[in-house]
Amino acid sequence: MKKFEKLTGLVAPLDRANVDTDAIIPKQYLKSIKRTGFGPSLFDDWRYLDPGEPGMDHGKRRINPDFVLNQPRYRGAQVLLARDNFGCGSSREHAPWALLDYGFRVIIAPSYADIFYNNSFKNGLLPIVLERDAVDLLFRETEATPDYRLTVDLAAQTVATPSGRVFKFEIDAFRRHCLLNGLDDIGLTLQHVDEIKAYEARRRREAPWLFAK
Amino acid sequence: MSGKTLYDKLWDAHVVRRNDDGTCLLYIDRHLVHEVTSPQAFEGLRLAGRPLWRVDANLATADHNVPTTGRAQGIADPVSRLQVETLDANCHDFGITEFGMNDARQGIVHVIGPEQGATLPGMTVVCGDSHTSTHGAFGALAFGIGTSEVEHVLATQCLILKKAKNMRVRVDGALPAGVTAKDIVLAIIGRIGTAGGTGHAIEFAGAAIEQLSVEGRMTVCNMAIEAGARAGMIAVDDKTIEYFRGRPYAPKDGMWDMAVKTWRDLKSDADARFDEEVVLNAADLKPQVSWGTSPEMVVPVDGAVPDPEKETDAVRRTGMQQALKYMDLKPGTPIRDIALDKIFIGSCTNSRIEDLRAAAKVVQGKRVAKNIKLAMVVPGSGLVKVQAEKEGLDKIFLDAGFEWRAPGCSMCLAMNADRLGPGERCASTSNRNFEGRQGAGGRTHLVSPAMAAAAAIAGHFVDVREL
Repeated sequence: MKKFEKLTGLVAPLDRANVDTDAIIPKQYLKSIKRTGFGPSLFDDWRYLDPGEPGMDHGKRRINPDFVLNQPRYRGAQVLLARDNFGCGSSREHAPWALLDYGFRVIIAPSYADIFYNNSFKNGLLPIVLERDAVDLLFRETEATPDYRLTVDLAAQTVATPSGRVFKFEIDAFRRHCLLNGLDDIGLTLQHVDEIKAYEARRRREAPWLFAK
Repeated sequence: MSGKTLYDKLWDAHVVRRNDDGTCLLYIDRHLVHEVTSPQAFEGLRLAGRPLWRVDANLATADHNVPTTGRAQGIADPVSRLQVETLDANCHDFGITEFGMNDARQGIVHVIGPEQGATLPGMTVVCGDSHTSTHGAFGALAFGIGTSEVEHVLATQCLILKKAKNMRVRVDGALPAGVTAKDIVLAIIGRIGTAGGTGHAIEFAGAAIEQLSVEGRMTVCNMAIEAGARAGMIAVDDKTIEYFRGRPYAPKDGMWDMAVKTWRDLKSDADARFDEEVVLNAADLKPQVSWGTSPEMVVPVDGAVPDPEKETDAVRRTGMQQALKYMDLKPGTPIRDIALDKIFIGSCTNSRIEDLRAAAKVVQGKRVAKNIKLAMVVPGSGLVKVQAEKEGLDKIFLDAGFEWRAPGCSMCLAMNADRLGPGERCASTSNRNFEGRQGAGGRTHLVSPAMAAAAAIAGHFVDVREL
């Protein structure tokens, strides 16, 4: 997994609540058997005016000029500002893969759907929760200020605005540790092989039907 | 000390290790696998040279991409075909039992798990699919996971998790005639919102839930995720236990009695404490119809499309306006005046035998309205399809002008060829009405099987209570 320590990045605002994973990456792209290449299809139905299919040359598609990420001022954004319940819907990990492949490393929103939130950490995408008022302020400043950049420091658990305002955010210690060090969960779990085996042995005695073939 | 909730009991029974940071290593009894969210996980195992921890804990089927017609000819779309073939190859290489596309037992992963007895009370059940919450209907702890977690389960049979909070949704009283499990869960989501259960495991309880059949309970738990909760669950009772008797993967002989004894304890203690509690009165419930692009945007069938101008919260108001624009609906329009183009009866929410019986009862001896371009029934599994055909339900649907298809996820998410065209409006028994969910530009209204069937006959929504 890609490490995350500190980043100063351009911010793009996506001003709608309940952005679902079908909107983040539509179903037709889920047919891929790879983890990469989803960036050009991120927010496909909003971003383009013509219907998209896997394998298309997205560079030749008709761009929707009204969609916020298509505005030149947000090109190269690494921080996505969003509203409540971001990432609701399906468990598709293609959603964080698409956001990362597009170039985002951080999302800031008042709340997230549980599975999306969890999936993001497994891929080095940092979903930050800030109070609604703080998110409102960031939306206002992003829209009012060209080239608006935020500095996100994971070790310090802070988001700093260009004017020097600092917001502290909460994050689970384990997730923070994994993200700061780019750690692979499976490797960590396999350090406890003996405990897993002991649990299985006990369960085989107590509930043998769970192990019947 | 207060008693334990069902969720507490299921959680505690599966803790392998408690970490200092508050997370736990949780053991997974059953892992269901399908073609969409697994290929990258198997690739990860291969790259790291890791074997499967416990092959027999896994059961696989292809459901999302499979065609519902002409299956003998294979899958026409080469991208879909490759994904299904990749599942076949991965299951073959790693030794996992798979009900392949042409196996009689193939079907939607959340239908076949319980049908086979591969899902059992007291288990932890996971799958790379958010509707895994369905299996909680049997007193199991079941939840959807992402592909990284799929790989983690394949490699370790465990997940690193933080325990969620306890929430109980109680539905008191008796359900009025014409109101179904689907209406209960849509009404719950309408009440608490799509983020109402975020961070919680929901236990559904109360007399109305107890009265539901196990299949109805599956419909309720299926949509826990639409209320934001990864897991939904219902206590075990006699109906739960009887359901599993004789199923292929269910415990046999002496082990059956041993299992049943432990299953009887799979309920919340009388003095258990919940962090949140919501109470609905079943007598107040009516058949529900979603009007917008989020499952919380739902009203009773005798209601009307709401007016965003009356919403005081600015973010919510914008959401309603966006939804109305996408759905091409005007505030104040009576739900019964909404005309439809297509009807979809299927999905992991409503494709089991009781769903098909309920729909068939409504359409029997009638004809699909002329303005309906396509009305289709997609059974949840090959075995559901066979049972329905034994009962003559296929004939009832075909005589009425419905199409009778082969099992799979189909137009719930339109990964196969079954989809809405731009602007088409559908009464659907599925679980999500998101923009583009059933096809780019398509408009979805979520309803129960009886309501979808009635809408097919009338050509617009009607109140099944008046039929």
